[in-house]
Amino acid sequence: MELTGAEIVVRSLADEGVEHVFGYPGGSVLYIYDEIFKQDRFKHILVRHEQAAVHAADAYSRASNRVGVALVTSGPGVTNAVTGIATAYMDSIPLVVLTGQVPTTAIGQDAFQEADTVGITRPCVKHNFLVKDVKDLAETIRKAFYIARTGRPGPVLVDIPKDITIARCKYTAPAGEIKMRSYSPVVKGHQGQIKKAVQLLLQAERPMIYTGGGVVLADAASELTKLVQMLDVPCTNTLMGLGAFPADDRRFVGMPGMHGTYEANMAMQHCDVLVAIGARFDDRVIGNPKHFAQNARKIVHIDIDPSSISKRVKVDVPIVGDVKDVLQDFVAHVEAALKETRRDPEQIASWWKQIGAWRERECLKYKASNEVIKPQFVIEKLCEITRGEAFVTSDVGQHQMWAAQYYRFNKPRRWINSGGLGTMGVGLPYAMGVQMVHPDADIAVITGEGSIQMNIQELSTCHQYHLSPKILCLNNRYLGMVRQWQQIDYGSRYAESYMDSLPDFVKLVEAYGHVGMRIESPRDVEGALREAFTTHKKRLVFLDIITDRTENVWPMVKAGKGLTEMLLGSEDL
Amino acid sequence: MRHAISVLLENEAGALSRVVGLFSARGYNIETLTVAPTEDATLSRMTVVTSGSDDVIEQITKHLNRLVEVVKVVDLTEAPHIERELMLIKVRAVGKEREEMKRMVDIFRGHIVDVTDKTYTVELTGDKSKLDAFIEALDRASILETVRTGSCGVGRGERVLKI
Repeated sequence: MELTGAEIVVRSLADEGVEHVFGYPGGSVLYIYDEIFKQDRFKHILVRHEQAAVHAADAYSRASNRVGVALVTSGPGVTNAVTGIATAYMDSIPLVVLTGQVPTTAIGQDAFQEADTVGITRPCVKHNFLVKDVKDLAETIRKAFYIARTGRPGPVLVDIPKDITIARCKYTAPAGEIKMRSYSPVVKGHQGQIKKAVQLLLQAERPMIYTGGGVVLADAASELTKLVQMLDVPCTNTLMGLGAFPADDRRFVGMPGMHGTYEANMAMQHCDVLVAIGARFDDRVIGNPKHFAQNARKIVHIDIDPSSISKRVKVDVPIVGDVKDVLQDFVAHVEAALKETRRDPEQIASWWKQIGAWRERECLKYKASNEVIKPQFVIEKLCEITRGEAFVTSDVGQHQMWAAQYYRFNKPRRWINSGGLGTMGVGLPYAMGVQMVHPDADIAVITGEGSIQMNIQELSTCHQYHLSPKILCLNNRYLGMVRQWQQIDYGSRYAESYMDSLPDFVKLVEAYGHVGMRIESPRDVEGALREAFTTHKKRLVFLDIITDRTENVWPMVKAGKGLTEMLLGSEDL
Repeated sequence: MRHAISVLLENEAGALSRVVGLFSARGYNIETLTVAPTEDATLSRMTVVTSGSDDVIEQITKHLNRLVEVVKVVDLTEAPHIERELMLIKVRAVGKEREEMKRMVDIFRGHIVDVTDKTYTVELTGDKSKLDAFIEALDRASILETVRTGSCGVGRGERVLKI
């Protein structure tokens, strides 16, 4: 049967099992929107800015492990989407972004709303395509989905000129898996290497397991949990990996890195065998690599992407493969080995004792107050009221770090934030994406008065689709993280980090048709949160929480410093 | 250390810019780069000459492999291999210089491929050091123009880069 390009786009998405597309129409994609109008196999969510379309699709994927889909028009539609694409790329999130393009005959003519989409997005996509012939369209979209979700996932962009969407050709529904001679990701880990790694782990006196976003992406949380519990070793999850191992398990030592716990960072530095799983030793996690390398330890690194291995830290046992697959092999090998010879429980007893001593520093303890609202207290209350079960999205800054430190994530895919790119403004669109996956779940957006204003227009989208996230705006009237760095490293000269002329957020959200509350006293926090999550369960509630103005995030490893050179509080300044 | 890396990649629009973009984005340098389709028109073969520590070269190889359009990557300099570069050099050749220049071209086993009464255009093939030596041997003032292709290379013996 002959279909137009636009019909092929819509059919291809439906045949891929897509249920939600986030987008914004424009000239180059009008034929596609016309076909969307005529179909009912997937739902289109109209955002208020293309950046939010990509963020929402990104969170949709993070919460569900399905490929997120965004559709935008050419030129400014694409340039607006770039931040969203780069955000997903840095965190390896599988997306397919469909972009309109001017007609093929107009490409290169500086046509109205023309941009070199493939060129602009090349450095921030896993792959991109420009479709020049309608006959290639269906195949290209299939390849895009395949590339996005396999190997190390990532965003794939398909640029579709307008004339292609009206040209006709035959369409056959896809059958069987795609094969590409230039692209075949490794799944299975090398068995010899796995055996070697298991041996190292079993012989270790100070073992440590350090996991990142890769474990969440591979849906390998249960394998990880089993492995850690079987071996009874300490485990740390990075910002991207929170929830992969239950925070309430005694083996969890907290998050590592710049704002990681004292015990996690000390254990990372002083262990004798470090097993890194789906993590990439980035600068926010290990600090200065030279300092990190000062302590001798054997490093095992499991990752699907060979280029992540030995990039910043020399690795002794590299294992390339799908984290889930490799962890299953690990578990099997450990089980077999433990059956043969029981491990002496004394072997790592002194290591646990040491970790216990580090824990006694209580690095996350903060000064409680009856006068001003402490941001940490708000997160603790949120965790309590939602029983640690909420989906929590966050923006970027101090509030993000407090959320990561004080909300105890026991399940994967519940903590949704921009780790790699650190994109302010993701929180609200992320919540929209999450709610499309989990319509009835409790969803909290932890944000600040700076970040929320970067995509505040999406309050309108939330109203249109009856979305009901609870927005906790930790309002300290400062770009808090910037202010913290300025206090510590720039002689307290608060250059442009003060947020003047803030809107009345309560009136603002009411104007958008939502519920607003302003909370100024610690006594009111719990009640307001309960009201938001129960009385207004079906409404979007914006809680403008006026917090301690100059609270800092502790512990802190300053940029360029060693992982154990931590500041534990203002007394260390 | 200097390395010559051979890349077999899909002969598709944009594939070259992905490779070049990778080098600039990650701060690797490119000394020379040559690319052309192979006997199979759907594939291109590229030779990139770069330099860096072993760690850097390892990362370059891994990142090249990561590109979706790249089929195979091999570091030629890891084993015996042959490298050739082509240079066209236009030199001044007047009076008694003409004879001297002709002799020089013969010594380097080049060919004179174009002649005017004041100039010779010389075609010279060899590895980088041979072409450099030829330029060194000439009087700088006599060089009017040089153009070089950059290295292309192939492994010695049975070693082949093919799908």
